[in-house]
Formats: sequence, C-alpha cells, structure tokens
Amino acid sequence: MKKQIQKRIIKDKLFKIVIILLSFLSTFPLFFILFYLIKNGVFSLNFEFLINLPKPVGEKGGGIANAIVGTFILIIISSFLSIPIGICVGIYLSENKDKNLSKVINYFVDILQGIPSIVLGIIAYLWIVRPMRHFSALSGGVALAIMMLPVIIKSTEETLNLIPQSLKEAAFSLGAPYYKTILSIVLPAGISGITTGILISISRIAGETAPLLFTAFGNPYMNLNIFKPIESLPHLIYNYAKSPYPEWHQKAWAASFILILIVFTLNFISKLVVKRWKVRF
Amino acid sequence: MINLVSKKEKKKFKKDLVFDILFRNIIFLSGVFIILLLFAIFLTLTFNSFPSLKVFGIKFLYGKTWDPVFNEFGALPFLIGTILTSFLALIISIPFSFSISIFLGEYFREGKISSLLKTLIELLAGIPSIIYGFWGLFVFAPVVRYIQIKLGITPYGVGIFTASIILSIMIIPYSASIGREVIELVPSEIKEAAYSLGATRYEVIKKVILPYARSGILSGIILSLGRALGETMAVTMVVGNSNFIPKNIFSPGNTMASVIANEFAEATGDLYLSALIEIGLILFLVTLIINLIGRYVIRKYAVSL
Amino acid sequence: MKKFKNLLLGLIGLVIPSLLFSQEIELLGAGATFPYPLYTKMFDVYYKEKGVKINYQSIGSGGGQRQLLSKTVDFGASDAFMSDEQLKNAPGEILHIPICLGAVVLTYNLPESPKLRLTPELIADIFLGKIKKWNDERIKRVNPSFNLPNMEIIVVHRSDGSGTTFIFTDYLSKISEEWKEKVGAGTQVNWPTGIGGKGNEGVAGLVKQIPGSIGYVELIYAIQNELPVGLIMNKSGNFIEPSIESVSASADIELPDDMRVSITNTDAKEGYPISGFTWILVYKEQNYDGRKKEKAEALVKLLWWMTHEGQKYTKPLHYAPLPEKIVKKVEKLIKSITYNGKSILK
Repeated sequence: MKKQIQKRIIKDKLFKIVIILLSFLSTFPLFFILFYLIKNGVFSLNFEFLINLPKPVGEKGGGIANAIVGTFILIIISSFLSIPIGICVGIYLSENKDKNLSKVINYFVDILQGIPSIVLGIIAYLWIVRPMRHFSALSGGVALAIMMLPVIIKSTEETLNLIPQSLKEAAFSLGAPYYKTILSIVLPAGISGITTGILISISRIAGETAPLLFTAFGNPYMNLNIFKPIESLPHLIYNYAKSPYPEWHQKAWAASFILILIVFTLNFISKLVVKRWKVRF
Repeated sequence: MINLVSKKEKKKFKKDLVFDILFRNIIFLSGVFIILLLFAIFLTLTFNSFPSLKVFGIKFLYGKTWDPVFNEFGALPFLIGTILTSFLALIISIPFSFSISIFLGEYFREGKISSLLKTLIELLAGIPSIIYGFWGLFVFAPVVRYIQIKLGITPYGVGIFTASIILSIMIIPYSASIGREVIELVPSEIKEAAYSLGATRYEVIKKVILPYARSGILSGIILSLGRALGETMAVTMVVGNSNFIPKNIFSPGNTMASVIANEFAEATGDLYLSALIEIGLILFLVTLIINLIGRYVIRKYAVSL
Repeated sequence: MKKFKNLLLGLIGLVIPSLLFSQEIELLGAGATFPYPLYTKMFDVYYKEKGVKINYQSIGSGGGQRQLLSKTVDFGASDAFMSDEQLKNAPGEILHIPICLGAVVLTYNLPESPKLRLTPELIADIFLGKIKKWNDERIKRVNPSFNLPNMEIIVVHRSDGSGTTFIFTDYLSKISEEWKEKVGAGTQVNWPTGIGGKGNEGVAGLVKQIPGSIGYVELIYAIQNELPVGLIMNKSGNFIEPSIESVSASADIELPDDMRVSITNTDAKEGYPISGFTWILVYKEQNYDGRKKEKAEALVKLLWWMTHEGQKYTKPLHYAPLPEKIVKKVEKLIKSITYNGKSILK
C-alpha cells in the first residue's frame, strides 16, 4: 500500500516540476528576442533618431520620425473606423443574446478574426487603392480597421455580458430611455474592459506590415495627409532590413526596439486602465 | 381633461422615442454590416479569382507545379506547406501552452509569480510578427543549421522545421490564455470532492479538471490553429520559399500566406495575379472550415453543469 | 449626443491637415529594388535642389509595371522591360527611359573564398541541379588552381519576383537551350532546385550563412556583405570580373531606339555578360486621368535631370552610368513625352 502511495506522490511532484519548467521555458524566446534587439539596436538610439527624417545611404544621421508619426496616424485612422462600429456590434450582441442573427454575427466575427493580414491588404487594395488610383494612409487604415474589429467586438460583448441586469433595470425604473441607459450607464460601467480590448487590438495592428505593403505604401517624407502614402514603423523596419547596408540594418533593429517599446507601453497602459477604471459590482 | 403630462414632458418622450428607435437601428445595422463585410470580402476574392478558376478549375488544388513563366499554377505545394507548418506548430506548442494554462489556472492562480508569468506571456504575444521573422532568420536559423550540419543533412537553416518552431512560439499565448480561463472556472466543489477521496493534485488535474475543461481547451487549440494558418511575415522569412512539396521536415517549403506576400507585388500577368488571389480565397475558406469544426467540437464536448 | 459631436470633430480634425498639405507637387514612383539606393540618393538631392518631393517605394520590378498599368503611380521602375504583348494591352503608350546599368553577380560561400571562374555551361548546370558537388570534375577543370571541397552545392535564388531574376534567367535562357525550354526567363520562375531568399539581401544573407551555397545578387549586395564574386566567361571567351567598367563596356553595342533591350551575353569583348539596364517607365502621353500639366512637367524635368546631372551619383554607389551614346538616344525619348500631343520639353 505504502509503495503505491509513494509512487502517486512522486508522480504528483514530478508533474508539478514539469509544469513549472515548461511554463517558464516558454518565456525564453521573449528574452532572446529582446536581448538581440537591444544588442543590435541600442547604439543607434538617440534623440536625433527619433526626430529626423530618413537619409539616403552613406549619409550620417537620419531618423525614423516619419515612421513613428505614420504609425500613430494609421492607428488613429483605424481606431476611428473600427471603434464606433465595433462597440455598436458588441452592444447588439450583448443585448440580443438569444436571437439567431446574433449567433450568425458571432460566427462571422470569428471568421473575420482568422483572415490573414495579407488577404486584408489585398482587399483594401482592390476596394480603395485601385478606384482611387492612389495609395493612401486611408486605405492602410481600412485594412487595419478590419483587423481591429473582431477583438473590439468580442471584448465589448464579453464586458457588457458581465454587467448585471440590475443596473439596467434600475435605470429603466427611473425612467431612462433605452439608448440613454446603454450609452450613459451600462457602457461607462464596462469602460475598463472595452478600453482593454481597444488597446490590445491597437498593439496587434501597430506591428503589422503585410496589409500596408500595397495600401499605405510608404513615404520617405513626413506626411499628415491621409489621402497620400505614409510610412510606418513595421514597413520601415522591413525595408531597411532588406537592404545591403549595415547602417540601415542597425537602424532597423533600433526601430524594432522602438516598436516593441510602443507595443509594451500600450499593454502596460491597458493593465493600469483595468486596475483604475474597473467598476466592481 | 386633466393633463397628466406637461407639454415639455411630451416633447421629451417623443425625442426619447425617436432616439431609441434610432439607436436600436444603428446597433442592428452595425451587426448587419459585419455580415455584409464578410460577404463582400468573400465575393471580392471569388470574383478576382475567376480567371484562374476558369483555367484551372479543381486541378488547382492538386496541381504540383507553380510556374509563372509558362502560366501553369497548382497550389498543392502551398497547401501541404501550410498544413505541415501549422499542425507541427500546434503539436509543438500544446505541451507548453497546456503547462501555462495549468500553472496559471491551478497551481499559481494569484500572487507575484502568477502576475509575472502572465505579463511575460502577454509580452510574448505582443511581439510583432516581423520581428519574430527577423529574429528567426538571423538568430534561430543558424542554430538549426548547426544541428543540421551535425546530423549530416543539407544545412539550409531555413525550412519547414524552423518555420514550425517560430510559429509555435507565436501561438502559445493564444491557447494558453483560453485554457487558463476554463481551468479557473472549474467549480471548486468537484475538485474538493476528489481531494477528500485522497487524490493527489496531479490526479485531480488529470481526472477532474481536464475532462471538465476539455471543450474550452480544445477551442483554444483551434483558435491557435486559425492563427497559425494565416501567419505571414514571420513564416515567409524562415520557411525557405521553395515552391515544391517538401520532402522531409528539414526541407524548405512554402505556405499559402507566404507565397501571396512574396509574389503579389510582382505578379505581372492577369492569370498570375488571379491565381494568387485564388490562394487567398482558399485560405479564407480553410479558416472558415476550421472555425466551424471548432464550434462543433465545443458544443459536442462541453460538459454541462 | 456627445459621442456624435466628438466623432464629427474627429473627422474634421483628420481631414483638415490633409487638405492643407495637398498643395505641393509630389511625384509617386514604385518598382525595382536594385536601384533603390541610387534613387533615394538622387531624389534626396533633387528635393534639396528643386523642392519637388519624390516618393519611391521599392516593391519590385513587376510591381512597378503593374502599378503604372493601374495608373496608381506617376512612374514605374523596372529591371525587366515590358514585353510587346504587355505594351499592346497597356492603356497607353509606355516609354522605357534607362537610368543606369548594373551587374548581376554570382556569389558563393566556400572556405578561403576563392575567385572562381565560371563558364555559362557551369552556371546553367548548377542552377538546373545537374552539378551537385563543388569538387565536380567540370568545375575543377576550369579552376585547376583551387582546392575545391567535397561539399554539396546549395542553390539560393529569389523567393520574390524580381528584375534581378529576370536579368539572370534571361542570360541563362540565352546560353542554355535546356534552361530556355525547361524554365525560361521571367521575374519569377519555377526554379528546378534550391531555396529562396527575400530580396537581394535575403539571398546575400543566406549565402553568407550557408556553407557551400551559391546565389545571384546585384553587385552592391556582394560588396556590402563582403562576399566573393565569380568571374564569368563572356561570349568572346574572356573571363570578366564584374565592375563598373566591365558593366559599362557591355552596353557598348548597337541599341534600339526605344531602349527596350537586354544586354546579357553581350557581344562586347570586355563586357560583363550578366549586365542589365534599369528603366523608368512613363506614359508617352501625360494627359490621362486628369493629370495636371505641372505634374507632367515636373516628371519630365526629373527624368532629364536623372539622365544628366544625376548620373554623377551612380559611380560612388557602385552603379554604372549611362554611356554617352545612350544619353543622346535617351534625350530623344524624353523629348517625345507629350501633354495633349505637344512635347513638354523643347
């Protein structure tokens, strides 16, 4: 009897060790990648790098200012397009859970999420660039917006599902109309979850290159015009890393470092938002 | 007639009614918008694949040759490459994401260690795919090359194996987070019942928690599969880009998403472009089917309370 | 209510800067990656001197052709000239303006980096997969002084479509009947063997890392990556090392007026046999889709500058400038660009 129990206890301890080991092993790539980025890129990082425009090869200096600004503009455009629609759909799904239409929409949202980014780039090219006869930040923003939609919809829906009915009923009993209840009471109660969803989707598209290749196109100059081509961090990294020049490679790694910094900061902010704004019931 | 309601209030009711109807319609229409959007994407892809569909028909799916010069296009190498890399990545990632799910869902639910691992995994998920690609090419591929030299096989470095590993790292966070949620949701009553019968932690996990959380874990796995199928940039940098059916795991190959990314910008002929778009269509349909299967599995295996 | 007001404000906020900044003249170009370093230098100088912004994106030669055909760019750039059939189906007459010359070199990864001599037959057979080892008799015969190792030859080609590929496969089609029949020439082909690297840099990177590999890249990429380069036997039987001089020499032959010509396997005695032009493609008649005259004028002035004053930026970046004879023909081509039928540059 004792031997059997001993065997079981050993199995138990072994299992725990294996689980802990594998879990932390999974995080190793993170450190490898960060180490490599820092090793290669940190030397090119200085204030001018962030402020200047790119220079042709062989010339000293030059920076990635237009790419940083471009990334932010693209984020603004795609957020502008996806957030209102995403939240509305999330509200609909949460408010109409049992309808058949909701089930269909849910299924379609899942499919949308699985579409590869390169295919969305082709779609945006066919829908906007070709008819407009012009590459533009707008078309890039559209491709990115379609990518952001599923995450925003899902997180809005799930957040609103967690808000108790009692809140809504209290508002109704005070005579509040439906739209006011949802917009001014329920939605703000779920603001932390919704914002988290938005920030997660932004950090996902901030690093996307494929959909921008034939839409936003790229631009060696600073550009604030959404109807013209625009540069972005992932696109610049891709171009520089493709070149034969070691100076440009260094810049690519430094720019990658900045990109990761932006993504991690967004992640961090979303955590703070959850802590601070979360409404407890 | 006694006026129970003042004129002002009457106006307010009207205004509220109008806005209510407006609001309900807006959210309804936005829902419909999603359906229309998806149909529009599907139709656009299909319509632009017509030239290729007309010429090749069903042969496209099992044609082995991809020759832009002689205008002969067959997608089989990419189908195989995609399936190989995705499933391999899935298999490699399962032990790790599973471990993380159990770690966070059962052993360390709260506390500093839990937050640490959670943060690390989220950061891992946040790394842009292009950076995975470059890191894979410049850091990981040489390692694989070294192993290949030691094994005496062609030291490509890049290939199906390398791409699968990079892909598996990328999809771990997805199945891990869903797995963790379902494991956390397992009611403590049934766990405690098992403990009270003298089960060890391992046995509780194996015989109680896992069967209960089975469907959720499966759905997380299917979600990662969907992600793996569509991943472009990271894979295209390390898969070897050889438009042939890979002979073994260390051969170079190519995937559907990768070939589109490589050749779309340069596709000069109309048939060529249409063939690439048709590959995009196939990828779209594959994702659709995987999702269908996923939902069916969840419904079938979900253990109801 | 507040939400809608905010949305509206946001919309206005996005569009106003766009309207404000749309006044300057900007030219959009896309295409070949090979001349990208040269073009970025040229366009940077041009902007400083003339104040015209030129946005050039290197999406590849095929991309340049396609975007010009779709009229989404002002000019395309390509290392591969468009075929008769493509020009026939184009929505307007397209001119090819050559800007400079480049060399496609064969680079490899062998211990001690010998300066290998390669004949056309060797190259074709290696890339067809018929010669599999470095110490093969056929390679040894041409390189008796080197100690070639018993290593597998790993071919590296381009994974993406490219003008570099076009120049290389065009050369192979000329010197090998078997290649012409089995594979042919194009910006993307069905390679019989080997792995693919993304862009010139991808190929250079793979060659640099894989022992026993051989690949083809533009000269600048081999130089920057400090990779050895093979001497190729040309039509006249001389083993030529790729350089600015040997590339220019390869263009020292009779050329057609429309400048659509491949100069691979050149007749020139001291010419490097795998050389090629890179062109800028524009529509001959510039008034299409409501294009303004100012834009057409800016474009033509740019082309003139690139083929004259701009040529001095070629050599420092390892590109070969256009020979004098060719510049004369190019001037005629540029002068034939019209707006509403009238030539823009007198």
